[in-house]
Amino acid sequence: MSIISYRQALRDALREEMLRDDDVFLIGEEIGLFEGSYKITAGMLEEFGSRRVRDTPIAEEGFTGAAIGAAMVGLRPVVEIMTINFSLLALDQIVNHAAKIYGMFGGQARVPMVIRTPGGGGQQLGATHSQNIELYYSFVPGMKVVAPSTPADAKALMLAAIRDDDPVLVLENLALYNTTGDVPDDVQPAQIGRAKIARSGADITVVSYSRMATVALQAAEHLAEDGIDAEVIDLMSLRPLDRDTIVESVKKTNCAVILEDDWLTYGIGAEIAATISDGAFDWLDAPVRRVAMAEVPMPYAKSLELAALPSLDDAVNAIRETLDAVARRR
Amino acid sequence: MSTPKPQAARAQVRRHASGVAAKRKPPVGDEQALAFYRQMVLVRRFEERAARAYTEAKIGGYCHLNLGEEATVAGLTAALRAGDYIYTNYREHGYALARGIAPGRLMAELYGRQDGVSRGWGGSMHMFDVEARFMGGYGIVGGQVPLATGTALAIDYRAGAEAVVCLMGDGTTNIGAFHESLNIAALWGLPIVYVVNNNGLGMGTTVEQSSAEPELYKRAAAYRMASARVDGNDPAAVFEAMRAALASAREGKPYLLETMTGRMKGHSVVDPATYRSREEAEALKAADPVAAYAVKLLDHGVLTDDLIAQVDAEALSTVADAVAFADASPHPNVTTLFDYTYATPVPHDSRRLPGEALYPAAPRPLLSETSA
Repeated sequence: MSIISYRQALRDALREEMLRDDDVFLIGEEIGLFEGSYKITAGMLEEFGSRRVRDTPIAEEGFTGAAIGAAMVGLRPVVEIMTINFSLLALDQIVNHAAKIYGMFGGQARVPMVIRTPGGGGQQLGATHSQNIELYYSFVPGMKVVAPSTPADAKALMLAAIRDDDPVLVLENLALYNTTGDVPDDVQPAQIGRAKIARSGADITVVSYSRMATVALQAAEHLAEDGIDAEVIDLMSLRPLDRDTIVESVKKTNCAVILEDDWLTYGIGAEIAATISDGAFDWLDAPVRRVAMAEVPMPYAKSLELAALPSLDDAVNAIRETLDAVARRR
Repeated sequence: MSTPKPQAARAQVRRHASGVAAKRKPPVGDEQALAFYRQMVLVRRFEERAARAYTEAKIGGYCHLNLGEEATVAGLTAALRAGDYIYTNYREHGYALARGIAPGRLMAELYGRQDGVSRGWGGSMHMFDVEARFMGGYGIVGGQVPLATGTALAIDYRAGAEAVVCLMGDGTTNIGAFHESLNIAALWGLPIVYVVNNNGLGMGTTVEQSSAEPELYKRAAAYRMASARVDGNDPAAVFEAMRAALASAREGKPYLLETMTGRMKGHSVVDPATYRSREEAEALKAADPVAAYAVKLLDHGVLTDDLIAQVDAEALSTVADAVAFADASPHPNVTTLFDYTYATPVPHDSRRLPGEALYPAAPRPLLSETSA
């Protein structure tokens, strides 16, 4: 066990897989000589050479599509899209091709490709560089979308994603890259499609993923001081979605709050709330509450940006208000 | 469908193309020339039969035919080696046939049947056969261009000797993926030939209306890529041009080849092509590549009237067998609906049919169950 950063955990996973399997290669903008816009691939070009660490022109559609075409004949490309915002330029290749090729051709071609890309706001990057649009990919059958919140999960999910024979989008987060945590020395690949109970509790279910899962744990620790025992579910996988873990938890706690960094309307939280309605309606003692980003293009000014992003206080207040509603009903 | 028989078209072709049907020997041997002709007739008869099946409602969705493109199909595919990969767009039946995929499996795919080349999941636009290295028909214009480039990257990565051919229509040269892909292929020296089949029309929009540089092969200059334009109605010319292009690609110099053809019918089976003048339609009919090639080979003594009849009868028989095979193939079983969403199984993959609830309706739990 050692304490390493989320960034280091991702890099370790990439490096281990590249050492293990010559078919694994990295492709993207500025990943080689520049060592990655967020330095996840630092040192990789030097260690593995330009055959396996391929700097591309600024052409998201072109190089993402090229990675798919390489995967179709058996290579295992790991694509870096500098931030999830730029993935929109590759939307046709991801949605119309990567996600469809296995099904559309009756199972004859697999697309064992990983797309690594960070989401996240809070860096004063303005409207086009602060989005959380993982929903777009989570919506599509044929895609797998995972969203680790800790260094250990980042490594385990990256290993799983690279070894998976389907296109997997690994959602990283700008605000998590420098966070640290315990990572076992022999991390095994995670099972894609399973949520984890990050903290077990009896009073309320808090469902979250990625950066907001870390906020959920902070809120739970804070509320524990007041004797509130929150259960925190870290989804880890957005598609497939582990609905059963959510429903079972709500049957135990009878109430739920969802924390998400994306926009509320039609967001990931809407799907979670619908799942709770489908599976645990009769167990609910209060409406399901969602804490999500304000529905605006992200502003640049710090005061406005802070107001738009969901905070620890927002999470704590939503949990308290939901428990108050439960108390009034009982 | 009333495509003229080769014999009937003979005199007409002579009138229109007396200069083309010169008395010199074709640049390929007699055996190869006859093979081109057989291939062209098979594509012609297969596509005519597909159009009929569409009107009989045996085929659904969109159905785009290679009528008028037969010479390019025959010449291009003959230049490929067995290990080469081919990517196409949604007008791909002929290329699939010429790649050696069983006609019955192709017709069964059009029929949406279990024995179809894509198991009934693809239809007219999405034929695929991994054995034939036929890497798919694609319905999104230009969607195949980055993919083909990536397969060429994989060949380069493994230092393989294969090449990739990426087919597209004239309209595709205006989308961003075309530019991005050709730039990448040229930068990295990938073994790929991009073939633009220029039939003059993207649906109903002419090349001149859509391309600021209507001589499409010249686009390659922007990437310092070699390129050429060739008469797509002459299988031997396409064959020679493709051989040169593939040789270049195998040396790490990607190539852009423009083949000039005509689309004899509408964009798809249901398009009456009313945007074309009577004169244009007549000219296309007169330039029918199958009829023209028959005349040429008759003149050169490669074909005889008897042989023309025999080739046609064989093609019709092959197509009739393909239809019988397709008709006899079962519709895919509904139990297979969820078989091809993911290659690697994972928990919680949805297998819910539209009318099914996510969770069964639950009775209200007893008070003792709900209290903490």
